[in-house]
Amino acid sequence: MSEITPDLVRHLASLSRILVTDEEVATLAGELNVIVDSIAIVTQAVKGDVLATSHPIPMANVFREDVVEPSLTQESALSAAPDSAEGRFRVAAILDEE
Amino acid sequence: MSDLIHKSASELADLIASKSVSSQEVTSAFFDRSVELNPKTNSYLYLNRDTAIAAAKAADAALANGEKLSPLHGVPIAVKDNLTTTDAPTTSGSKILEGWVPQYDATVVARLRKAGLPILGKTNMDEFAMGSSTEYSAYGPSKNPWDLTRIPGGSGGGSSSAVSGHLAPIAIGSDTGGSIRFPAAVTGSVGAKPTYGAVSRYGLIALASSLDQIGPVSNTVLDSALLQDVISGHDKHDSTSLPQSLGSMADAVRSADVKGLRVGVVKQLDSDAFQPGVKACFDDTIAKLVAAGAEVVTVDCPSFEYAIAAYYLILPAEASSNLAKFDSVRFGLRVTPDGNPTIERVMAATREAGFGPEVKRRIILGTYALSSGYYDAYYGSAQKVRTLIQQDLAKAFSQVDVLLTPTAPTTAFKIGEKVNNPLAMYLNDIATIPANLAGIPGMSVPNGLAFEDGLPSGVQILAPAMQDAQMYRVGSIIEQMYLAEWGAPLIAQAPKLEVL
Repeated sequence: MSEITPDLVRHLASLSRILVTDEEVATLAGELNVIVDSIAIVTQAVKGDVLATSHPIPMANVFREDVVEPSLTQESALSAAPDSAEGRFRVAAILDEE
Repeated sequence: MSDLIHKSASELADLIASKSVSSQEVTSAFFDRSVELNPKTNSYLYLNRDTAIAAAKAADAALANGEKLSPLHGVPIAVKDNLTTTDAPTTSGSKILEGWVPQYDATVVARLRKAGLPILGKTNMDEFAMGSSTEYSAYGPSKNPWDLTRIPGGSGGGSSSAVSGHLAPIAIGSDTGGSIRFPAAVTGSVGAKPTYGAVSRYGLIALASSLDQIGPVSNTVLDSALLQDVISGHDKHDSTSLPQSLGSMADAVRSADVKGLRVGVVKQLDSDAFQPGVKACFDDTIAKLVAAGAEVVTVDCPSFEYAIAAYYLILPAEASSNLAKFDSVRFGLRVTPDGNPTIERVMAATREAGFGPEVKRRIILGTYALSSGYYDAYYGSAQKVRTLIQQDLAKAFSQVDVLLTPTAPTTAFKIGEKVNNPLAMYLNDIATIPANLAGIPGMSVPNGLAFEDGLPSGVQILAPAMQDAQMYRVGSIIEQMYLAEWGAPLIAQAPKLEVL
């Protein structure tokens, strides 16, 4: 049995930048315990030395000429932003006032 | 002209090329039907007559000038809503992107436009492609044209229900763990996931970048082949796109021959875990191939046992990282809590309001899998399982040309049946996931109706990486065997959708 406690769910949600209610925490803890229990078998799958695969098709890096091409304009890049000012994305304060 | 909607894309392309019918007439026929039936099937999230007809007129004008832009010139198409389009909102099935109109076209979309295919609209999907039923779409589930109380598969259920309901002749899907193949199986249509890298992912809203692949959805194997030929090829905007061409899939379909074919049945995917009617259809396909002269052997892929577990670690891990971009800064929803909140609180409130339950579940699961202390045991082991699966497949493909499995463990289930049980939902992908983990091509072709419920079943064809042509060859062989028996594609047996 894995140990996904409500406190761990709150911590993971905070790292994920997702606000969760106490009710959601309780539901998620239950669901994640079931899921993690079932996927924990991967830890038994590998015996001995096995290389990890991060990319399914082996590829080598290649180089190209550095040529300037048209790209997104500043106006276009900002056009879908919830808020912008002076040619920049406008966001809430990064730090608390205290 | 209503007969047009029952024709395959290749038949429509021939009619358009010979000027027996215009692209505008074909596009209008599908568009009108889509407008009438979409309230029933919820296949589309967005339909736009003006842009579709304008593109059809342009295709007709090009043809009048003697320019045939592709083998599918003038054939209208539906596009899954996780591909960016500059002339249509792109939501990926999520509230967090409601109303967003992207600043650039996905490479696949640009290629469709350049090849003269009018885009009818954007199709429904599970939010960010997380799901097997479209029930996790923020905009309600799509319905299966065979039975409107059942799921059309997912995540690409909008595309599968559009194509199997003749709301579009062909469509684009994306497949991370089966999202093209599972919907094809449960709607009696055809769907293919090409080799990883065969089709550019530029402009595809990423779910799990090392697993995602864009592919075709259709009612015939030739239509999927023609569409894959249009959308594939190297793209400098996607560093994982293959530099080499994989050849013409349409040529492979047209020259398909069963002679000398060696087929493998995977021991681990030939079990009582499959619905008896699905298993019976699969056994029938194998019997037909044997009767036609194919050699069939059983192959052992012991690591497949760990595929779902590995997948549900790798996918959430990659998704939790990919979805970090939805931060309320550059595009999409922003929810500002009362008071004078910091940006961190704005982000958390935005993501709480904008993401649905399955997306939150997978982001949090992925964050867990990547946490210090668990990373090596979980994510590290899962990546090693990928290697083991590749080794199993290499061994199997040294004995046979292709592997066959049932595409899905069951036929289409009822809407609501599994939505509150994430683990049961995940098991739908048991036969399709290994292809994504290994990067190999896989496709689903209809192989009958299950005896218990009369609903469609599909057979999955897996081929070695880069050998998509081999997969299409076998898909065509199987399709022809059943055409000889049924006299028409399986889809002709689907109930007619009444016009409202």
